[in-house]
Amino acid sequence: MKLWTAFLNILAKDMRTYYLKPPNVSWGLIFPLAWTGMFFVRSGSGLESIPTLLPGVVAVSVLFGTTSMLAVTVTFEKKNRSFERLLLAPIPLELLMLAKTSGAILFGVANAFVPVLLAAFLADLSGLAWGTFVPAVALIAVASTFLGLFIAVAVSEVFEAQTFSNFLRFPMIFLCGLFFPIAKLPVFLRPLSYALPLTYGADLLHGSVHGAHSMPFALDFAILGAFCVALFAASLVNIRRKWIA
Amino acid sequence: MTDAVVVQGPSEGNEAIAVRDLSKRFEDVQAVDGVSFTVERGELFGFLGPNGAGKTTTINLLTGLARPDAGSVRVGGIDCTGRPRAAQHLVGVVPDESNLYPELTGYENLCFCAALYGMPRDERRERARELLKTFALAGASDRKFAGYSKGMKRKLTIAAGIIHRPEILFLDEPTTGIDVASARQLRQLVADLHDGGTTIFLTTHYIEEAERLCDRIAFIVSGRIVRIDSVGRLLEPVKKKHVVRVSFSSAPGDLTGGLRESFPELHAQLAGDEVIRVESDGPVRVGPLIRFLEDRGAEVTEARRVRPSLEDVFVEITGLEADAMRREKEKKGGGQ
Ligand SMILES: Nc1ncnc2c1ncn2[C@@H]1O[C@H](COP(=O)(O)OP(=O)(O)OP(=O)(O)O)[C@@H](O)[C@H]1O
Ligand SMILES: [Mg+2]
Repeated sequence: MKLWTAFLNILAKDMRTYYLKPPNVSWGLIFPLAWTGMFFVRSGSGLESIPTLLPGVVAVSVLFGTTSMLAVTVTFEKKNRSFERLLLAPIPLELLMLAKTSGAILFGVANAFVPVLLAAFLADLSGLAWGTFVPAVALIAVASTFLGLFIAVAVSEVFEAQTFSNFLRFPMIFLCGLFFPIAKLPVFLRPLSYALPLTYGADLLHGSVHGAHSMPFALDFAILGAFCVALFAASLVNIRRKWIA
Repeated sequence: MTDAVVVQGPSEGNEAIAVRDLSKRFEDVQAVDGVSFTVERGELFGFLGPNGAGKTTTINLLTGLARPDAGSVRVGGIDCTGRPRAAQHLVGVVPDESNLYPELTGYENLCFCAALYGMPRDERRERARELLKTFALAGASDRKFAGYSKGMKRKLTIAAGIIHRPEILFLDEPTTGIDVASARQLRQLVADLHDGGTTIFLTTHYIEEAERLCDRIAFIVSGRIVRIDSVGRLLEPVKKKHVVRVSFSSAPGDLTGGLRESFPELHAQLAGDEVIRVESDGPVRVGPLIRFLEDRGAEVTEARRVRPSLEDVFVEITGLEADAMRREKEKKGGGQ
């Protein structure tokens, strides 16, 4: 009960002070719109291409929405030392970090549904397999939040967190099969694709939106889940090693 | 996995804090070097030392913000060796820097800190209002912490450290950077907490503060404890001493040499531009002293017996000029 109080208040505080701030809310709207627009222009195609573009836009919205927030909620708070308050509180480190990341996960999921709502007005989404799509979005949000956490605890400056995550995000978008099928990538890049969590998320999204996927859903979910666990565990190891050093 | 699991060990005697051979090294600095001490339950323990002596590092090692290289730590009867966060439900910490959330108001900050310790909502609100009043911050309770003055930030940080009524309180230089009236008020608050049974571990640069408040004091220099004792016992060797400060104007050169010759039983020392400090094992007869100085052209303006203080002990023990240390600290900007 006490831990629950602490958990909820950490989440609520982050929501209020970071995620629900007007700049973040508008960023969460503009970003997916910009990506959608860009791909329409580039591909020169019409509304019929929406289902094939949707997975990419959804994934990118989640990825950017989550990873960029951790630089603030974790790296910045560590830097201004308010994070010490959390480390001094009688809360198991696992729960503490879940509380600090749950805001970003929710924010990521909310970001994902901006392009989905837009697409629902412009195209027929009745064929979308929601039962796979929704859990896939949630799991992608968790995985990319934990990726952001991993970066946020590995560095000590906010700008380092941002630089480092761009370094990972941009190649990831192009290697994980969201916009270009992995099969069309040069052979030597393919192993890299399979080492990225988003590859499995992309497969789930493609499969649930327009039916084309290369791996069984169960395998995608399992691998994506394993990435989540591994990234979270690695982040905790880093916190214990570097912050309680 | 077991970081914050509550393991209430058999309560060992009456010790709130028991530290043995604690060491901590940062790259090329041995910040804490084989420190051992115990603090009794309900005791107000002072930790005194110059800048960089290892006071803050010791607090971090005791509160789970740092992991010792060697040594054992028990806090509130819980063995924290190897599990630095095991006793965090018992302790409150007021860090040396004010580190609350800039974008929350004073009231919200306190409520949030109380929630971290699992305090129910109504109790949190009541306690936050009560503390805002205690610290004379009620008028600023709805202003953002970022807009607080340095002293207001300090006070709110202290309030946040005690909001959950910890059994053991760590105060890292609580009065640095706040005005005289607030500092006095704060000392009263610390004394009240002490009377109420809270164990308090206090670091400070202000020797008078330690002398007035603490039951026992440890002097730490370069990571090592050079002396631990009760204030009374520490003062004993200097208490028998008689110290007189003679102030004068227009002194023709150094007079201490002549003083030493004429008054061999006195130990005379310049204590400023125009102040001579005279120490003796018996009462000092000031008449001849003043006459001696006036005969040599000095105009004596004041001669005053000085109560021997911990400062004398400190200077003696650490070989440091305590005043210089404090001035240096104030120059640094009051710890903010
Ligand atoms: N995180 C750190 N990394 C490297 N060195 C450190 C670190 N923390 C402390 N030190 C060093 O350890 C020594 C002790 O520092 P500490 O902060 O404990 O001193 P202090 O007694 O609290 O001083 P002050 O009165 O100035 O607050 C100093 O030499 C300091 O430079
Ligand atoms: Mg310090």
